[in-house]
Amino acid sequence: MSDPALNIINFSKNYGSRVAVDRVSLRVKEGELFGLIGPDGAGKTSLIRAICTLLKPTGGQILVNGLDVARDIFAIRSILGYMPQRFSLYPDLTVEQNLKFFADVFKVPEAEREKRLAQLYKFSRLAPFKDRQAAALSGGMKQKLALSCALIHTPEILVLDEPTFGVDPVSREEFWEILAEIRREGTTIFVSTAYMDEADRCDRVALMHLGKIIASGTPVQVKAQYRFPLFRVTGKQLRQLREFFDRQPAVHNTQLFGEAVHVSFTEAPAPGDWQRWVRASGENLQKWSPQQPTMEDVFMENIGGESQ
Amino acid sequence: MTNQVSVQTRVSIRVGKGEIFGFLGANGAGKTTLIRMLCGLLLPSDGQGTVAGFDIYRESEQIKRNIGYMSQRFSLYEDLTVEENIEFYGGIYGLNDEAIRKKKTQIFAELKLTLRAKTLTRDLPLGFKQRLALGCAMLHEPSIIFLDEPTSGVDPRVRRAFWDVIHRTADHGTTVFVTTHFMEEAEYCHRVCIMDTGKVIALDTPENLRQRFQQPTMQKVFVELVKSRIGKRI
Repeated sequence: MSDPALNIINFSKNYGSRVAVDRVSLRVKEGELFGLIGPDGAGKTSLIRAICTLLKPTGGQILVNGLDVARDIFAIRSILGYMPQRFSLYPDLTVEQNLKFFADVFKVPEAEREKRLAQLYKFSRLAPFKDRQAAALSGGMKQKLALSCALIHTPEILVLDEPTFGVDPVSREEFWEILAEIRREGTTIFVSTAYMDEADRCDRVALMHLGKIIASGTPVQVKAQYRFPLFRVTGKQLRQLREFFDRQPAVHNTQLFGEAVHVSFTEAPAPGDWQRWVRASGENLQKWSPQQPTMEDVFMENIGGESQ
Repeated sequence: MTNQVSVQTRVSIRVGKGEIFGFLGANGAGKTTLIRMLCGLLLPSDGQGTVAGFDIYRESEQIKRNIGYMSQRFSLYEDLTVEENIEFYGGIYGLNDEAIRKKKTQIFAELKLTLRAKTLTRDLPLGFKQRLALGCAMLHEPSIIFLDEPTSGVDPRVRRAFWDVIHRTADHGTTVFVTTHFMEEAEYCHRVCIMDTGKVIALDTPENLRQRFQQPTMQKVFVELVKSRIGKRI
């Protein structure tokens, strides 16, 4: 069997005495879209930078297509595309100049260049803006340009660090459609995100917290790890409704989810319980129905109790 | 209810006291421009507006004294401690030592920063920086606070904790004007305004918007509404 696209074995990274990543092991298959989810400070960026040969592991090993990040730095860089968290393009160059600059850096042969640019323009729809300075692009377009630059040398593996940070919902959706397209072409994608709804669009995900992987699998498998009967409840005053359920003894946890409250119970409530709660809440409680756990429920369950 | 903010350019909005007003729009829709005008940092090309009763052309200094502004970039001093940032901003707002000391205790307790008082700001996790930035923006007890994408890049737990603070702030009568890309947060606002290419395309309570556009969530309302306009933009 061929090597996995990415094989992370007991990887650790310390900064002085602080442990940023603590013995993480993960395997990402060729052609897979893999999501790394975790709060700020979980260690996601350290892991990503190590995969991209930009950080030396303190312990363990990371293999990219069988190549070792500690030794085979330049071989890895030629097969890997990296889109860092913060905008890393040249703001005073145009869209096309940025692409050509990265083509030079990654030694894309002259003969292939035009064809590659045409492909990248096609999926990014940036062709009408190719003479615009990068600084003058909207947030969503900047992200697409950064993605195009990371793909200029047709990498086998694409690594993205929170690519949709600060991007509006429509551009975010468009960006993920592009990622799905890149994946269909056979590129392996490793992407970190703080958006739980994006996790659902991955083949497999890993939840990272305090430097450790606390759950991993397909989105369906990860969500199935949620152990408590979960209900979605709505009412007239959601914040008060949540506080009401926080006071009920059979309640394990409550989370406000925009237009509803998710309430998990230590034991599934009986129909009579609901009627009682309608009265006790002063008719604030209006509707309730069983709820499939979302990625955000799983995430909050795993890290929710943590004190700040 | 007195009107605290009203702006009329190609945009007309009135925001009430103690209201949490959500301001949504695609990147480049004009959100930050409007916020900067309301904060007295940018002059409008046309139209009228008042903030906390002050005119945005002639009374920008009074506006600045009556509002708090938390920018996307936080603008804290990274090489000062948490406490020193509070003291520094207190000084800028003209608070005396006694007032600063009082506010400091109150803000630390409310925003759960007491244990981090002596930490250098650059060493704070993002969630704490965000709360400190909010604390600094509220030192002078402004009647309106403008928050420009305060929760970008923080995880769901920190985002929820931050919104608890926003609700408490509004409960005390402060008007909150907030922009966000998290549509779930739009649901927590009393009213929301959706902007596209410089125009207001929807303005109502989240519930009314969901009903009018027959969508289950604000996320879907936003995506449908903005997508349906993409053809009209060009």
